[in-house]
Amino acid sequence: MGKALLVLADGTVFEGMSFGSEGETIGEVVFNTSMTGYQEILTDPSYKGQIVTMTCTQMGNYGVNAEDIESSGGPKVEGFVVREYLDFPSNWRSQMSLGQYLRDNKVVGIEDIDTRALTRHLRNNGAQMGIISSVDLNPESLLEKVRKHPGISALDIVKDVTTRNPYKWEEGVWKWGIRATERQSDRYEGMAKVVVYDFGIKFNILRNLVDAGFDVRVVPAQTPAEAVLEMNPDGILLSNGPGDPETVTYGIENTKKLIGKRPIFGICLGHQILGLAMGGRTYKLKFGHHGGNHPVKDLKTGRVEITSQNHNYCVDINSLKGQVKLTHRNLFDGSEEGMEHVEYPVFSVQHHPEAGPGPNDSTHLFRRFGEMMEGKC
Amino acid sequence: MPKRTDIKKILLIGSGPIVIGQACEFDYSGTQACKALREEGYKIVLVNSNPATIMTDPEIADATYIEPLSSEILEMIIKKERPDAILPTMGGQTALNLAVELSESGFLDRYGVELIGAKLPAIKKAEDRELFKEAMRKIGLDVPKSAAITSMKDGLDIIEHIGFPAILRPAFTLGGTGGGIAYNIEEYRELLEKGLKLSPVHQVLVEESALGWKEYELEVMRDGKDNVVIICSIENFDAMGVHTGDSITIAPAQTLTDKEYQRMRDAAIDVIREIGVDTGGSNIQFALHPKTGRMIVIEMNPRVSRSSALASKATGFPIAKIAAKLAVGYTLDEIRNDITRETPASFEPTVDYVVTKIPRFTFEKFPEADATLTTQMKSVGEVMSIGRTFKESLQKALRSLEIGSAGFENIETDIDEIKARLKTPNAERIWYIAQALRQGMGVHEIYELTWIDPWFLNNIKQIVEMENRIKESAISSQQSAEMLKKAKEYGFSDKRIAELTGKTEADIRRLRIELGIKPVYKLVDTCAAEFEAYTPYLYSTYERPYFSLQPSALSPKIECEANPTDKKKVIILGSGPNRIGQGIEFDYCCVHAVFALKDLGYETIMVNCNPETVSTDYDTADRLYFEPLTIEDVLSIIEKEKPEGVIVQFGGQTPLKLAVPLEREGVNILGTSPDSIDRAEDRKRFKELLHKLDLKQPESGTAMSCEEAVAVADRIGYPVMVRPSYVLGGRAMEIVYNEISLTDYMKRAVKASPEHPILIDKYLEDAIEVDVDAISDGVNVIIGGVMEHIEEAGIHSGDSACSIPPYSLPSNIVDEIKRQAKALARELHVVGLMNVQFAVKTKEPVASSQEPEYEIFILEVNPRASRTIPYVSKATGIPLAKLAAKVMLGKTLKELGIVKERQIEHVAVKEAVFPFDRFPGVDVILGPEMKSTGEVMGIDKDFGLAYAKAQAASNNKIPTSGKIFISVKDKDKPHTVDIAKRLSEMGFQLIATRGTKQYLEDRGIDVDLINKVMEGRPHVVDMIKNREVNFIINTVTGAQAQKDSLSIRRSALQHNIPYTTTISGARAVLRAIEMLLKRELSIKSIQEYHE
Repeated sequence: MGKALLVLADGTVFEGMSFGSEGETIGEVVFNTSMTGYQEILTDPSYKGQIVTMTCTQMGNYGVNAEDIESSGGPKVEGFVVREYLDFPSNWRSQMSLGQYLRDNKVVGIEDIDTRALTRHLRNNGAQMGIISSVDLNPESLLEKVRKHPGISALDIVKDVTTRNPYKWEEGVWKWGIRATERQSDRYEGMAKVVVYDFGIKFNILRNLVDAGFDVRVVPAQTPAEAVLEMNPDGILLSNGPGDPETVTYGIENTKKLIGKRPIFGICLGHQILGLAMGGRTYKLKFGHHGGNHPVKDLKTGRVEITSQNHNYCVDINSLKGQVKLTHRNLFDGSEEGMEHVEYPVFSVQHHPEAGPGPNDSTHLFRRFGEMMEGKC
Repeated sequence: MPKRTDIKKILLIGSGPIVIGQACEFDYSGTQACKALREEGYKIVLVNSNPATIMTDPEIADATYIEPLSSEILEMIIKKERPDAILPTMGGQTALNLAVELSESGFLDRYGVELIGAKLPAIKKAEDRELFKEAMRKIGLDVPKSAAITSMKDGLDIIEHIGFPAILRPAFTLGGTGGGIAYNIEEYRELLEKGLKLSPVHQVLVEESALGWKEYELEVMRDGKDNVVIICSIENFDAMGVHTGDSITIAPAQTLTDKEYQRMRDAAIDVIREIGVDTGGSNIQFALHPKTGRMIVIEMNPRVSRSSALASKATGFPIAKIAAKLAVGYTLDEIRNDITRETPASFEPTVDYVVTKIPRFTFEKFPEADATLTTQMKSVGEVMSIGRTFKESLQKALRSLEIGSAGFENIETDIDEIKARLKTPNAERIWYIAQALRQGMGVHEIYELTWIDPWFLNNIKQIVEMENRIKESAISSQQSAEMLKKAKEYGFSDKRIAELTGKTEADIRRLRIELGIKPVYKLVDTCAAEFEAYTPYLYSTYERPYFSLQPSALSPKIECEANPTDKKKVIILGSGPNRIGQGIEFDYCCVHAVFALKDLGYETIMVNCNPETVSTDYDTADRLYFEPLTIEDVLSIIEKEKPEGVIVQFGGQTPLKLAVPLEREGVNILGTSPDSIDRAEDRKRFKELLHKLDLKQPESGTAMSCEEAVAVADRIGYPVMVRPSYVLGGRAMEIVYNEISLTDYMKRAVKASPEHPILIDKYLEDAIEVDVDAISDGVNVIIGGVMEHIEEAGIHSGDSACSIPPYSLPSNIVDEIKRQAKALARELHVVGLMNVQFAVKTKEPVASSQEPEYEIFILEVNPRASRTIPYVSKATGIPLAKLAAKVMLGKTLKELGIVKERQIEHVAVKEAVFPFDRFPGVDVILGPEMKSTGEVMGIDKDFGLAYAKAQAASNNKIPTSGKIFISVKDKDKPHTVDIAKRLSEMGFQLIATRGTKQYLEDRGIDVDLINKVMEGRPHVVDMIKNREVNFIINTVTGAQAQKDSLSIRRSALQHNIPYTTTISGARAVLRAIEMLLKRELSIKSIQEYHE
C-alpha cells in the first residue's frame, strides 16, 4: 500500500498509508467513538457526504459479513480514516476482509495516522471538510481542491440515498442462530401498518419495526403526504438520514400535512424534520455526536439509556414552546434529545433507538410507538 | 436519588493477606470505597488483618481494626462499633463469605446491620452454582451442562451425562482453589474428592467443558434506579481452560462484531438484573464457541474483583469508588466523571488504545509444582500496559513483567518442544508462539494447538516479520529511520532492537534520539478525546506527525498530551508486578512517598505498571504514567518531565536496579546515594565496611568448583548456606550440613551456571534473627522498630513470623543491636530508610547460674524501604515511609518532630501467608528461599495473644484443647521436652510416632502412639483426614525424612489442621495457648492503640 494524505479545509495535513480503494475523496470529516460496528457505520446512509474517523484504533478485526448492513449497495461514507487496519479478519461470521470490501466498493481509506490528534483537532476546531488522496500527494493542491468544494451544508443529500420505489420490509433484527429468512414476520393480518419515510433509512429501524410487530412499508423521501395517507397507515415513521434538515424542504412540507392525522415517530433527521415542520429551529453542533456511549435520560421514566448517536444537527426545543415538551436529554452536554407533541400522537428522538451499531437500551421506543398507535399514549 | 441519611456508620471488610487470587486490587478498591464514603460524611469502620495496606492506615477510616477476619472477631467489632450497614463487596471473596456467614446466622438482623451493595439473596444466587444456572435459564441464557455434586456417588452418575473433559469447581473457594479439568475418570475422582473437602459447603460443580472457546468478561455497574452500564469488555488471549487470572487479557474486546457484542451486553444486563445486585459493580464471564458463535454464561462475581481493578485502570472509570457511592443511594447520573468533570458517570467508557494484561508467575520458587496453567489460578501478580495498537501494548507488557524479557526473544529449541509448549498452556507460551512463527509454523497450525484466536496470532506474526526487517536494515540510512519508527510503533524496545541488530541498547537509544524518534504521551480519558480531560493519566506511544499549511504554522509536530508543568516535582518509581519477595508492601511505601511529597508542596509523578495497586490509581499521585519500569521507558519520562529528582528507594528491587543506570545518565537520585547502596550490596565492599565499624558477620567464602567449596566449608565449618552469586532474594539458596550435600549442590550449581561463583556463608544454627528498620536524615538515626523473628535464622526473613517489640531477647542485646544499626546508617550516610538483618547466637552458659552469652552478627544491610515498613508503621504508629520521603527532600528528623524511638505498650506480631494450597505436592517446610505471598498482623496486649491472633489471621488457628501430634527430628527432641510437658499439663492429649513417643515417655511425659504412614493403618494421615488432630508439631531434616513425612504436612494443609514446622514456632504457640487459656481475645482499633 502506498502513501496517502488527509488534508482538512483549515490546512491541517496528516500523512498516512492508503488502504481500501486507491483514489481521492472529499467529505465532511467527523469522528465516531464506537468500539464495535464499523460495518454498520460504513453502510449507514446518514454518513453520506462524510468522511468518518474511528477513534477505536484496531479496524478490520472481524471482517465484513452480509448480515450486518444498514443499507443496500455498499458503504455510504465518503472515506474512512483509521489508526491501524488489520488485514486478517477473525470471526465466525466473517466473509470478507474490510480492505477488500472497501476496494470492491471503491471507498478510499487512510490508515497509520494519529487519529487521536485528528479527533482532538476536530473537537477543538469543529467538523470540517477534508480530502483523502492516494493519487495526488501534493498537500497544497489537495487543500485547493477541498476549499473549492461547496461543502455539504447547503446540499440536499437525502435525495441521493432515499429509495426510488416503495417497498415492503419483512426482515427482523439479527438474532444468534436464526437465519434471516426465519426472522421475517409471517402474519400481516391485523398488524398495525407503518409507513416509513426513507430519508436515508438504516435497515435496523425497519428490522426493529418488524420485531415490534408492524406491517412495514417504505416510501421514497419525496412521496407526497396525500399518497401516504392514501395507504391508510396506522402510524408514520420519519427516518434518519444525512445532512442539514433545512435542505429537505419536501420532507418538512409533507410532515406539516401529516401532523395530527396519524401517529408519527421521528428518528434523528426525522426528529429534526418534525421540529422544522412544527415551525421550530435547528442548529448545528460543533463536531456532532457520533458514537455508542452517550447517556440519554428519559425524562418520563427517569431512566438513563446508553444510546447510539449520529447527528450534527439539533432541534431547538425552546423554539417549539407550547407545541411540544422535552422528553429526552443528553447527559453529556445537556443537549435536547427527544420531544413529544402536547396535543397529537407525535414523538421523536435525536438518538438511534434501533442501535446497529450501539446499545439496545432504547429499542422499547418502538413498542411505545405501537402503544401510541393503539391510542394508549 | 440523594444519598441515604438513615445510615451513618458503615463497616467495610478487607480481603486479608495477599494470596494467589486475592491481591492488592482489594486494597485499591477498599481504599477508594473508604475515601468515597467518608467524602459523603459517613463514619467508616474498617477491618483487615493485612497491615501492608493503604486502607489500614489510620487516616483512611474512622476506626481501623487490624484483626483476624473471622466471624467471631467481626461480631465483637459490630457489638462495639454498632455500624448501620456492611459494605461486603470491596474485600473479595473473603469479605463476601464473612458477610454471608454473619447474615445467615441472624447476627446482622439482631444488631440491625444492613448489607448494602449486594444483599444476601443476590450473593447466594450468584455464588451458588445451581441457583445461578437456574437463574440464567430463566432469562433464556445458555449455560454449560452441569450439575452441583455433594457426594462421590452422585458425581459418578452425573459424569456420564456431562462427558469428558469436564471442569470441576468447588463452591465458595478463593479464585477457584481446588478446581481443575478432568480428562478421564481417574482424574475426575481425584479432583472431586479434593473439591468436596475444600468447599466450605461440600459442593462441587461439575460442568461441560468449554475448553478452547473464546473467553470474555464484561464489567457491569447498576444503580438503585436500575440504570446499568458496561464499563469495559475484556477478551482473553488464552482460550477457555486457563483461569482468567492466569490468562493474558486484552481490553477492549477485539474480535466481536457489534451484533455479537450487543448480544453479550444485553445478556450481561439481564444477568445483573436477574441476580439482583442492587447497586455496584459485577463481573460477568462468557464463553463463545469460535466456529458457531454459541454463547454461554460462565459465572458472575457480585462484587468488585481483580478484573474490575483492571477495568478501572484500563478505562479511567473508578469502579470501586462509584460502586461505593451507589451503595449509599446515589444514582449513576448523579455522580460526576472525575476525568472529564463535565460529564456524568452514567455512560460507557470508550477507549482509543489497547490494554494488555499479562500475569506474572513464580514457578521457580516451587520447582515441584505443576507449571501447567489450568482453571485454578497460579499467578501471583500481573502487569498492564497501554499502547495505541495491540502489538505495541503487548510488547510493552512483556517488558513490564521484569523477568528479563525485552520483547519476543529468540528461543533455542526444536519444533517438537515448541509444539509441546504450545499444546499445554504455560507461563512462557507467548514466547513459544513467536518462536513457532519464526520457525515457519503457520497461524492455523498454532491455532489448532493453542486455540488462541488467529487475530492475536497474526499480530504476533507481524511482530516477527518486523524483526526480520529490522535485522535486514542496517539502522543508519534514512530508510532505516523509517524502519526504526515503525519498529517503535510496533512496541519494540530499544533493547530488543539492539539484540536484533547486534548493537547495544545505548546505541539504539542514541540513534533514535538523533533521528528524533521519541515517544509521545496520550491521555487515558474515558471518552476517546470526545471531551476535554483534566486528569493527567498518561501512557507512551509512538505516533505520526501532522502539520499545517497555514503560512504562520510551525513545522510538523507529533501531538503529545503530557503538558508537563513548571512546578517543583519528583518522580517516584513504583515496584512493578507483584511477585514473591516484592509485593504490596512496596506499593504501600510508594504511595506514602507520594502523600509525603504532596504535603511538602511537590508535584508527584508516579511511574508503575501494576494495575492492582493504589499507586496506579490516577487519584494518588498528581500525574500517573502507566509505563514499564525499564531504563528506556523511565528515561523518556524523565526527559519529558524534567523532575528535581527521582525516588528509587521505595519500590523494592525494581527501581533500585535502575538507580545506577539512571545516575549515569545524569538523573538526580534522591536519598541515599547509589554508591552507598552499592557499598551495602557489593560483598567485598560490605566486608570492608563491617570491618571498619568492627562489626561481625558470619564467616564466608566463594567457590568456583566442588573442591574450592569443600575447602571453604572446612575452613568455616558446617553447616553452611550456599547460593549462586547471580541471583538475588534467596533464589536457589540452600543450607547444607555435610560434604556430600555440598558436593551435590555444587555439581548442580556449576552445571547451571559455570561462569558464576557460588557464595558460601557460615550458617548460624539456632540463631535468633532480628530485623531492624531505621530512618536517617544523614545526621541523626532513629530506630523505627526492632523485630525479633519467631523462626530461626536461615528461614527467609519474609517467611518468618516476628514480633515488635522483641519477645525474648534481653534489653541490653536489643540496645546493642540498635547501636550497630545506627552506626551502619551513619557510615553509609543513609538518607531515608534502612533495614538491617541481624542474627543473634546464644552461647549456652556453662553453669545454670550464669546468664547466657549472646553474639551478634550482621547478615544483610539494605539502605532502602524494606518489606517490613508498613508492619512497623502500623505497630508503632510512626509513618516511616512518609517521614523518609520528606527526609530525602531535605527535611531533618528534628524538623519532622522525630527525636526518639517510639516505645509501645502493646505487642504486634507479623505472620507470613503461603500459597502452598495452590501447588499440590509442594512441601510446606520453610527455608532460605522466600515462598510467602502475603502477611497478617496480630496486635494485642502481650506476645501470646498477639501471636495467637496472627496465627488465626493466617488461617492457622491455635487450639486450646484437644490432641497435638508431635514428630520432631532428633536434634529438636531435647527442646521438645519442655514444650510437651507444658502442653500435657494444660490438658492436651499428645500423640507421637514411635521415636518421639519413646523419647518423651522416657522423660515422664504421657504420649499416645500413632503409626507412621509406612507402618500401616490407621496412621497419622488417617487421623488428620478424620480431623482427630487439633495441632501438629513437625520438624524434619534431610531429604529422605522430608519426603517420608510430606504426606503429613500436605494432608494437614488440605484438611486445614494448624501446624508448625519449627521448634521456635512451637514455643510461640505454647505461649499463645497459655494466654488464650487465661483470657478471651479482645479487639482494639489502631486509632486507640496510637492515641
